[in-house]
Amino acid sequence: MTTPGRSGLLFREPTLFERSRPGRRGVPIDRPDVPAVDPRELLGASARDEITDFPEVSELEVVRHFTRLSQWNFSIDTGTYPLGSCTMKYNPRLNERAAALPGFASLHPLAPEGAIQGILALGYTLEEVLAEISGLDRVTLQPAAGAQGEFVGMKMIQAYHRARGDLKRDRVIIPNTAHGTNPASAALNGLEVVELRVGPDGIVHPEDLDGLLDERTAAFMLTNPNTLGVFETYVEEIASRVHAAGGLVYMDGANMNALLGVAKPGHMGVDVMHFNLHKTFSTPHGGGGPGSGPVAVRNILAPYLPVPVIRREGERYVLDEEFPNTVGRVHGFMGNVGMWIRALAFIRTLGADGLADVTRCAVLNANYLLAALRSSYDLPHGRRVMHECVLTDKRQQAHGVSTADIAKRMMDYGFHPPTIYFPLVVSGALMIEPTENESLESLDALIEALESIAREAATEPDTVRNAPTRTVVRRVDEVRAARQPRLRWTRETDPSPSGGGA
Amino acid sequence: MSYTPHTPDDIARMLGRIGVSSVGDLFDSVPESLRSRGELKLARPLAEQALLGYLGELAGRNASCERTASFLGGGAYHHFIPATVDALASRGEFLTAYTPYQAEVSQGTLQAIFEFQTLMCQLTGLEVANASLYDGASATAESALLALRTTKRRRVLLGAGVHPHYAQVLRTYLEGIGAEIQELPIGPDGRTELAEVPADTACIVLQQPNFFGCVEQLAPFARAAQAAGALLVSTTAEPLALALVQPPGAEGADVACGEAQSFGVPLSFGGPYAGFLTTRQKFVRQLPGRLIGESVDSQGERAFVMTLTTREQHIRREKATSNICTNQGLMALRVTIWLALHGKQGLRELAESNLALAHYARAKLREVGLELPYSAPVFNEFVVAGRGLTARAAKVDPTEMLPGLSLERIDPRRRDQLLICTTEMNTRAEIDRLAEVLAP
Repeated sequence: MTTPGRSGLLFREPTLFERSRPGRRGVPIDRPDVPAVDPRELLGASARDEITDFPEVSELEVVRHFTRLSQWNFSIDTGTYPLGSCTMKYNPRLNERAAALPGFASLHPLAPEGAIQGILALGYTLEEVLAEISGLDRVTLQPAAGAQGEFVGMKMIQAYHRARGDLKRDRVIIPNTAHGTNPASAALNGLEVVELRVGPDGIVHPEDLDGLLDERTAAFMLTNPNTLGVFETYVEEIASRVHAAGGLVYMDGANMNALLGVAKPGHMGVDVMHFNLHKTFSTPHGGGGPGSGPVAVRNILAPYLPVPVIRREGERYVLDEEFPNTVGRVHGFMGNVGMWIRALAFIRTLGADGLADVTRCAVLNANYLLAALRSSYDLPHGRRVMHECVLTDKRQQAHGVSTADIAKRMMDYGFHPPTIYFPLVVSGALMIEPTENESLESLDALIEALESIAREAATEPDTVRNAPTRTVVRRVDEVRAARQPRLRWTRETDPSPSGGGA
Repeated sequence: MSYTPHTPDDIARMLGRIGVSSVGDLFDSVPESLRSRGELKLARPLAEQALLGYLGELAGRNASCERTASFLGGGAYHHFIPATVDALASRGEFLTAYTPYQAEVSQGTLQAIFEFQTLMCQLTGLEVANASLYDGASATAESALLALRTTKRRRVLLGAGVHPHYAQVLRTYLEGIGAEIQELPIGPDGRTELAEVPADTACIVLQQPNFFGCVEQLAPFARAAQAAGALLVSTTAEPLALALVQPPGAEGADVACGEAQSFGVPLSFGGPYAGFLTTRQKFVRQLPGRLIGESVDSQGERAFVMTLTTREQHIRREKATSNICTNQGLMALRVTIWLALHGKQGLRELAESNLALAHYARAKLREVGLELPYSAPVFNEFVVAGRGLTARAAKVDPTEMLPGLSLERIDPRRRDQLLICTTEMNTRAEIDRLAEVLAP
């Protein structure tokens, strides 16, 4: 007997294309009460007959299809998701309702100014709030994600140097602990990346900059707290050295969850930074996005903000395109506006004390995990951590168990794995970020799972190496995926019984 | 209120295990001189009901397309979104997961995006697609960057029919690497005019249908590009047109990209939307962003996984094909659900109804004495002109009607021209009323 289930009520689910049957229909389409136009007559040779192999499925099949797929995902709503550097915090449904208000969700981006006063007021307010949190002066909400924020920030820095006739500054110094987007964003601006190697304690020391700073330094890019979860204690002195050499300081704000109400980047000597609204301000990660990457700058960089800029004129808000020194536009319209609404809803729900509590609890949770796990796992450094901590697989390696194995085994215990093999400077890194939302019981369960896996690594390493066994699929063959890339369904490669690849 | 669960007792126990006496002690790595004194200066917190009141008041100051008769297009299209799209895409398992780094617990997202990649290829007639980009504008810029990398050349021929915002974003992206951009003008019929393709050209970039609504003939551009060793990039802001118009791949485009917002993504004042990028198999290693591939698990069962990641920033750093990390995954999911619900026949019928409404509107506006400056065929958008037109449109109350986009906003030389878009959301009566208010 063929059952729909793969195991119990965990269902098999073919692709949409394999479910498709010629002539089957989904939603009905109304015909308008105007004369029909024959596309073949109108378009001639430009007319298209049909879209070959486009799916033909019923509405219920669509519902079942995506419901079943959703059940194959681990999510924050399902359980603890301690993916370091990604701040997988609770995504309040209130924020979803706010963004779905028709006055926001059905607002056309090219509507005239008189028709968009509410959203401009909201954007302006969010800019003010982010300026306050960052300790900087001006904010643009246009970048669609952190990486685009980095791109815009670096571009503004270049524009600043150029406007001063300082044309030789074509290098950016970036520590080797940085997110990969940092060097990639610098390179996209045509800048040369100079890598700074951090010492064994994982932080940048002012003297590390000796020999790196010169008249070609455009900027120094720093993540604070850094990707080891450690506060860059010398940030102020580092910033003043960079400034003395004529460069500017960019801060990757991916880890702002550790600083809310505690310290402001603007007071550390930072000239420009980006936020990740999908990390710090609770907008949902959506299986890979959308994000939103607002950039905050000191007044010296304000002339270079991307256009259009939201400007307030008394009681009215206007979109100002008249910025002669602007770096230009980076988004088709104003950015990922739906994320602004959610972030502001979060910030207004919490207020100043609530935001400070976020950071206090996030830091408490990470330190609690670290205190408990140091007896089972090796640590790359001995410093105090902020909102996340990094472990390594050094002890487990002795038994032939790697970070990847530990991560896969965590799934069998009902947890999403941490970020693995990052930062690159730590061999076999496991980067754990619990966020402020996890309760003591869920932290203890996570600790228990990781301790148990450490014991298994010593006593029954094959159990760890063969993990996961309780997921919808077992370990996926990544090598085969890369060697024979199959990036779309085709009739010829369809592995289902009716397909050519069976 | 901060959605944090700890009781005072929990905190005491946790501090005990850590070995510090207060939460404040955990911040001892932050130098005293950098610590904030006093709270952030923020408005007082609001509980759920009051918050919705506050945001509802702001939302109420906007002219929502649900309440006004909108004839605005220009890169953002008001199409109907079936209830099923919201119901499925808002499932927490999709909404609150992240990038599928761990394939075994992310098969739902992975398979859905694999389907998205397939659908985009089917629409554009090309061979491979990525897992989404920020929007149509950045997809266009990334396509040009792909062409510059592939050809190792530095000139871009940019059609004047490319959305002006896409063109601006493309300039922003290309400025840092020293590319040269040369414009191809619009001819009298509304289509881009072909010019000589210089030998150092990396790509020609056109929009299909173009910003003025006209359906381009891509094949001659593809031939000219190929003869010069350049690529043809076709970008599409209104991909519903591709249900009726020859796919760019079939006309010889090497890259077809654009904006998939039309397919189930709310207008939301311009974002979040869903950029897409498709190309030929031979350029797969030059693609920016995530790619989902089909593979098998250790038991031989079909499974999906992110693949060819050595192109990406988290591995290749400054040598990556792009800096993109987070993309528009949830929007790509909405697009996939929306397209599945419409299916082959539904998509075509919807496109035909858009086409019929636009041609009814054209006829109506011509009847009242306005001009249609372009003769090339259009899909659901077109330019209308006439003395005093902008002034008449500006007089209309936006809470009743948004009578098209004044092209003077984009280009001061285009005085008294409106870009009018009709979709299935517009009724015959609305179009009749539009003709009345715009009539000279």
